[in-house]
Amino acid sequence: MKPPVLEAMNLSKHYPVHKGILNRQIGAVQAVSDVNFRLMEGETLAIVGESGCGKSTLGRALLRLSEPTAGNVLLDGKDITTLPPGQLRDKRREMQMVFQDPFGSLNPRMTVRETLLEPIILHKVATGAAAEAMVSDLLKTVGLSDFHAGRYPHEFSGGQRQRICIARALATKPRIIVCDEPVSALDVSVQAQIVNLLQDLQRQFGLSYVFISHDLAVVRHIADRVAVMYLGRIVEMGDAETIFRDPRHPYTRALVAAAPKPVPGAALPDRAVKGDMPSALNPPSGCAFHTRCPIARDICARDRPDLRETAGKQVACHFPDEAATIPASVAAPMSGVLQQRLAVLDRRRAAQG
Amino acid sequence: MPDADPLLEVRDLHVHFHTDAGLFRAVDGISFSVPRGKTLGIVGESGCGKSVTSLAIMRLLAQPPARYAGGDILFEGKSLLKLSEAEMRKLRGGKIGMIFQEPMTSLNPVYTIADQIIESLRAHGMTDRARARARAIEMLKMVGLPSPEKRADDFPHQLSGGQRQRVMIALALANDPQLLIADEPTTALDVTIQAQILALMRDLSARTGASVVLITHDLGVVAETCDEVVVMYAGNVVERAPVASLFEAPQHPYTIGLMAAVPRIDTTSDRLETIPGSVPPPYMLIPGCKFASRCPLADGRCTAERPPLREIAPSHFVACWQAPIEEATR
Repeated sequence: MKPPVLEAMNLSKHYPVHKGILNRQIGAVQAVSDVNFRLMEGETLAIVGESGCGKSTLGRALLRLSEPTAGNVLLDGKDITTLPPGQLRDKRREMQMVFQDPFGSLNPRMTVRETLLEPIILHKVATGAAAEAMVSDLLKTVGLSDFHAGRYPHEFSGGQRQRICIARALATKPRIIVCDEPVSALDVSVQAQIVNLLQDLQRQFGLSYVFISHDLAVVRHIADRVAVMYLGRIVEMGDAETIFRDPRHPYTRALVAAAPKPVPGAALPDRAVKGDMPSALNPPSGCAFHTRCPIARDICARDRPDLRETAGKQVACHFPDEAATIPASVAAPMSGVLQQRLAVLDRRRAAQG
Repeated sequence: MPDADPLLEVRDLHVHFHTDAGLFRAVDGISFSVPRGKTLGIVGESGCGKSVTSLAIMRLLAQPPARYAGGDILFEGKSLLKLSEAEMRKLRGGKIGMIFQEPMTSLNPVYTIADQIIESLRAHGMTDRARARARAIEMLKMVGLPSPEKRADDFPHQLSGGQRQRVMIALALANDPQLLIADEPTTALDVTIQAQILALMRDLSARTGASVVLITHDLGVVAETCDEVVVMYAGNVVERAPVASLFEAPQHPYTIGLMAAVPRIDTTSDRLETIPGSVPPPYMLIPGCKFASRCPLADGRCTAERPPLREIAPSHFVACWQAPIEEATR
């Protein structure tokens, strides 16, 4: 078996919190704690969770955009956590990022051409006429045209801007792209276009994705494997298929049950878990989810469960079998009439070319 | 849907914006009504005019640049467009409650949450301060804010996003409104919190009998909370139906495309369905169906003549010359 292209080993990121006139450290926000995973070539690993679970921090720590507090990141088996800045920059060629906000992540004073040339020149991918030709190729690859090159970001729609961000990430010919909520700011029909584009590019270039998202349905569609995070830790990880068919952590089940489904009457009564997510500055003892868990017992407040092999995936729960009884239906079938009418439209579109 | 005595009725409403770039027909002749005690969803993508519609109902659009260019809005049979600003102010926060997407910016950061609810109560006639405070705490308890007596004197920044939206709901319902207008009330919230807030809104509207207009881009939220649905595209209503009928048998090619583009949590397919093309530029004057440029069924009539809403199944209205789209007819 090939080695993983990217591996996180006991990765942690804690932000110290200071207070008072002496500016003493009074604690730390434990944004990411002890995260382990492997990303294989051509694979999509989704990191799923709600605001403040640490998924974006994890994405940034993987690229050393913020330095991990502890643990290691291995690129092709080589530790990049201790690389000096010069060598790290070389490695960054292989790992790029696409952000959520296509408005905030493009320089408004740079044309698309300048935006795409920058990484090409900076990473010495190409120069001169070859670099210009690359810009043209990149635009085509993401579904834009040459005449877009001279325009500024404000002249584009949200979906087009996200295409530019993706082109910029591709400019260095990376092997890994960390996508941080890449479609969350987009309308449904545009979101579908960008998701399809990401999948096409993955096949075309053999890319590996770390796909950070809060949207379970998008994740179900794009991910090979899924890691669910809660308060900085992975609570469940495994193949997308097994995670969605039979989630075994009570938090995963709560997420699945709470996701709105486009089918009237599909919502389960009383599916809402109680309360808010606790503070990462002062996480609950034991299992961090015990304060909201419907099946929590004394031991859950005392001992933190490790990730253990259960039902074909890794689950960090003391009672994974009992968790399987918590209602969490995913059924959201498209109606037959809708499918038929869609088929009529699709056939007509195909006939029109 | 014909309702003899709807709470709110929007009749052929046109709202235009006069800008340097030209005339923008944000709302271009829409009609719908909200029956008493029911929840009506208005769904559509960015720029379809759904938020302008909600602001137009509450008369919260700055004029200029906005202009009511035709049609009427009737609340309890009376035109809202003929009311004075003072009368309108009495209605807002009184008989019509409002909830917005961003609970942080819709709450005043320098007043405690109790003070904000008390202010609304006193502005609408409950002058006794002690009584108003008791009512405010009762409202906070009703929306499920933990330890409401203590939290009442918190400032908005001390609350979580979900708690702030609970406070917004308490504020909106404080004066027993008959109509609650909620513009993307759960869009900024996490899914587990969204489920809590949607359940709360359902309970409260059932308990108080208030009608709700829910504006959202999320078809999942519509399916779970609404009785009737209006689908908007580029300032027009393209489809209007009871929720079950809409999701079971959508008629308009745009609605069909939108529903198919939503990724489903229970299945996985090779590709997501997309709607090729994009929404026409807002300043473009289009005589026919605005979806025609993206519609595979469009013919000469579609580009020449705007299709009216017509009843195609019981209470199910669609603005499409080609509907119904059936296998046999193709």
